[in-house]
Amino acid sequence: MNFERIREKLNILADAAKYDVSCASSGSDRTNKTKGLGNASKMGICHSYTADGRCVSLLKILLTNHCIFDCAYCVTRKSNDVPRAAFKVQEVVDLTINFYRRNYIEGLFLSSGIFKSPDHTMERLVAVAKKLREEENFNGYIHLKSIPGASDELMYEAGLYADRLSVNIEVPTISGLKLLAPDKKHEDFTKPMEKVKNEIVRYKSEQKIIKSTPKYAPAGQSTQMIVGASGESDKDIMYSATYYYKTYNMKRVYYSGYVPVTHDSRLPAIGSQVPMLRENRLYQTDWLLRFYGFSIGEILNKQHPNLDMDVDPKLSWALRNLHYFPVDVNTADKRLLARIPGIGMQSVDKIMKARKFRKLNWDHLKKIGVALNRAQYFMVCDSRHWERRDLDADKIKGMVLQNSKGKFRNQYSTQLSLFN
Amino acid sequence: MTSKQKAGIMNTSTTLVYDGSFNGFLTAVFVAFDEKLNVTDIQKNSQTQSGLFSDTETVFTHVEKAKRVWNGIRNKSHNAISNVYFAFLSETEGMELMLYTYIQKLMRTKNGKYLDYSDPIVLHIAQLAKKVGREKHRMEAFVRFQLTKDEIYFANIEPDFDVLPLISKHFRDRYADQKWLIYDVKRKYGIYYDLDHVEMVSLNLKDIHHNKTIKSDAFATEEYEYQTLWNDYFKSTNIASRINPKLHTQHVPKRYWKYLSEKKEAV
Repeated sequence: MNFERIREKLNILADAAKYDVSCASSGSDRTNKTKGLGNASKMGICHSYTADGRCVSLLKILLTNHCIFDCAYCVTRKSNDVPRAAFKVQEVVDLTINFYRRNYIEGLFLSSGIFKSPDHTMERLVAVAKKLREEENFNGYIHLKSIPGASDELMYEAGLYADRLSVNIEVPTISGLKLLAPDKKHEDFTKPMEKVKNEIVRYKSEQKIIKSTPKYAPAGQSTQMIVGASGESDKDIMYSATYYYKTYNMKRVYYSGYVPVTHDSRLPAIGSQVPMLRENRLYQTDWLLRFYGFSIGEILNKQHPNLDMDVDPKLSWALRNLHYFPVDVNTADKRLLARIPGIGMQSVDKIMKARKFRKLNWDHLKKIGVALNRAQYFMVCDSRHWERRDLDADKIKGMVLQNSKGKFRNQYSTQLSLFN
Repeated sequence: MTSKQKAGIMNTSTTLVYDGSFNGFLTAVFVAFDEKLNVTDIQKNSQTQSGLFSDTETVFTHVEKAKRVWNGIRNKSHNAISNVYFAFLSETEGMELMLYTYIQKLMRTKNGKYLDYSDPIVLHIAQLAKKVGREKHRMEAFVRFQLTKDEIYFANIEPDFDVLPLISKHFRDRYADQKWLIYDVKRKYGIYYDLDHVEMVSLNLKDIHHNKTIKSDAFATEEYEYQTLWNDYFKSTNIASRINPKLHTQHVPKRYWKYLSEKKEAV
């Protein structure tokens, strides 16, 4: 191995891959049966964290950053003047195995710029995964990018070796796509998604009949959308996310605050702030939809096309729907408990179990981990002390904000600070 | 006079002393139940402290008795026995007596007591077990193997809790085709896998290999090349405009940095 050459390539091709936020290594249960190398951990493992606090779980690299496309938001687009490099298949295999043996990573996340043609690129990605599985007896996690426009045959083969497949939709609206990525068609993205979804469904049903059916992309599919690049509303983003969850059985949709990488009049200028708070609110909404039993129309609709920045989306929903409250935590059903601001699903679970033994009071709830600074206005428990004043939404919001601090507070506080 | 008679006649309280092992602790619980002792404390023999008004009784580890207690708790709930084991490995002061009370509660009350999060002891044990579980998960992530010249993947760790027994299976399943050794610097023992099974080992380490700036000749020549590649990779994944040091140290607390090759320069 030519160490210096590999080092150069790795620097270029890891740098170009970092804007893909997905780093999940969870959801697969591939085991190490033949005394080979590696297995997948169902819950996933983050082996390290970057200085910006994101998980480092997989070796996330591009096979090459040569690309025939010219998408405005992308750092490796054709017209961008950056150093280019390409890995050989064997080089990626060696890097993955050696990192894995040292317990640096859970596996490989391989993406690529599109060189020559989508099929030509996809074929190389599949070749890496195949070599890892068949020659190196590797059972760790493999995430392959589905290249937009790749053929059904290659997508089928990819699922046989990979744990997860993903296509990044990147621009949430079709009009935005036309503006920012004129070479790509919407169907190029959805066609591989559709193929993989159908194969997953087919393999699952066959597995029920024949136990030894091989795995097909056991960790499912995911996609990513850029936030804040093309002027879309939170409603546009979340409705489109809901569509992908439903239509293609997505395991995850990721939201990536746009990091300006280029001078382009269609996009925010270099140096403008990454919309991290907005990204955070979108993830909170995503969680409410997937785990808390909310439907999208309750949180975002015509009257409220954008999320509140100063309070979380659940609190914001509760303030608009005060007629559901107060809720009695000792009798309410699970669905309603989950809607009280300040009570997460972990607390819901603990409350449901603990209240079989005795009625819960403020002290119990505090110890269990409920955020009473928010919850207190929306619930009653086994205590004579509870919020009796007839408070309106603005009052409650004001009091919650007064008694809490968040890391984004300086971004939305209207109060001028006195000393700086 | 046996302690059973003593307890019966004078209702004196007893401090039980055990050898520090988990089986030793379970034996102590067995003795306490069997002899209906009024237990004031259960202490490791390495750190005994006799009370003014209590007798001290030394318990000798008895695997059969320990097993009966283990099975007794497990029959109540699998969740409870794992809570007991995890909380025990936390090595926190006073944990033995707390666990003894927990086990008493489990045995006395109806099934499902381990779910009563409104009981302070139950909640505390559950939280303690959770902490140890978190440390186990961290060690599965933060172990950094270095390849030695004799082809053994070697790692030092210094976990907050005694988690080696808990991570052994994870590493055995995952790295079935390579020899590895994980050594707990703080507790001075390690686990070694020889391609067939895992055994406990103690080592006479001259120096602890956590400083990259001094290269040790015990390691294979390509080892430092891979460390460099990994460190480079770690640097290039960072997005400078999103920097968030607080979140970073929350996920990777500073006390672990010296064992992580990607953080060595920062130590």
